[in-house]
Amino acid sequence: MGKYRCPGCGYTFDEEQGDSHEGYAPGTTFESLPETFTCPDCAVRYKEDFEQVDAEAAR
Amino acid sequence: MTTTYVLDHPEKGRIEYRDRKRYLWMSSLFMPLFPMLGIFLYFAFDTQWALAIPLLFSYFVIPLLDYVIGADENNPPEEIVPQLEEDRYYRLLTWFTIPMHFIVLIAIAWFVGTQPLTVWSVLVLAITAGSYSGLGINTAHELGHKKPEFERLLAKIVLAVPTYGHFCIEHNRGHHKDVATPEDPASSRMGESIYKFVLREIPGAFRRGWAVEKERLARQNKSVWSVHNDILQSFAISAVLQGGLIIAFGWIMLPFLALHNFWAWFQLTSANYIEHYGLLREKEASGRYERCQPHHSWNANYIFSNLVLFHLERHSDHHANPTRRYQSLRNFDGLPQLPNGYYGMYLLAYIPWLWYRVMDRRLLELPHIQGDLSKVNIDPDQRDAIVRKYGQQQTTAVPA
Ligand SMILES: [Zn+2]
Repeated sequence: MGKYRCPGCGYTFDEEQGDSHEGYAPGTTFESLPETFTCPDCAVRYKEDFEQVDAEAAR
Repeated sequence: MTTTYVLDHPEKGRIEYRDRKRYLWMSSLFMPLFPMLGIFLYFAFDTQWALAIPLLFSYFVIPLLDYVIGADENNPPEEIVPQLEEDRYYRLLTWFTIPMHFIVLIAIAWFVGTQPLTVWSVLVLAITAGSYSGLGINTAHELGHKKPEFERLLAKIVLAVPTYGHFCIEHNRGHHKDVATPEDPASSRMGESIYKFVLREIPGAFRRGWAVEKERLARQNKSVWSVHNDILQSFAISAVLQGGLIIAFGWIMLPFLALHNFWAWFQLTSANYIEHYGLLREKEASGRYERCQPHHSWNANYIFSNLVLFHLERHSDHHANPTRRYQSLRNFDGLPQLPNGYYGMYLLAYIPWLWYRVMDRRLLELPHIQGDLSKVNIDPDQRDAIVRKYGQQQTTAVPA
């Protein structure tokens, strides 16, 4: 399970937790998000802009 | 008593920044005095003419002050922004304005419901109250973009005052995604008057906000008609507030509240109208629009109206960094610039022929357009007339 981060505003999609407000259950893979997915916080960045957060690099 | 932000930058050395507007931002706390001013003067001088003073202030004195006081040199360096964002002083000011919107509407409604007023006075008071509630939409805009749950809750609450509960959802997820494209009901087109725009903007915004919320709830396996619907939650507060006013002050509240609500919405329409007039994002080969660039928003960098509007007029930076707080928004050279602050431009927009005269040339002269009508978001009904008037070169159709 990985984390994916919006390079614009820092919103992070954590596959383990999902995003309950957005309606993505825990365990939802980033891969399975719709292609039209835009950052829920800034709406500026598209799905393919998201960067995978390296588990070790992220503190 | 000043706060200086300091950063020792590894390459650029010591960076210092002092926000010269820091205490001027407190003016937001005094804004409710303006809609109330007419009422104080009415009691002091016993004349209904006094009731018009707040509106005269908004539409004539603010543009004049923008002209006289001029541009804002205060611009935080990017490196200092994280420190500014952390400073809780700024966000407290926005929070304090929330209850004031309820108090002012109730106070003006009480005045309308209990004083012997002419029809004209009631109209003026409804518009005055609507203008201040329009500022409430502006504060909801600032708060609704922020990540803390509490600030989004405040946004939802204050939107109940003008009955515009769908705004934050529609704006954050709809407008910011589609801005400066023909698909966006909240981006105006060249040749489209504000009176035509409003008929596309208000219903279009509601439909899109509702659709976005419906999709979100569907992913949670919930009906759009549920208590979890953020739009309905805000409307429920509106029903209590405005229903309570009708019960307390009688039938006069119906036209008063209808005009108040409409005028607050129309303030937002006015801002939307001038913020992206004619600007167009290009379509990429993939069929999707390029990401929103700084030249896709009109800016105004005037000190006074920016203080009233929490830096809304530094609009390009807002679209580049929508979650950034108002105190950190910056102005840049070379951006599309409006010739006056937003209040002055609203007035201009209300006179369409004058608006076109001032803005159409300014639009076509932008460095990224240079008269190329294929790079302009044009009203389809006006396309032929605009091509006849301005189009020397071949123009391509707007991508559908
Ligand atoms: Zn983002």
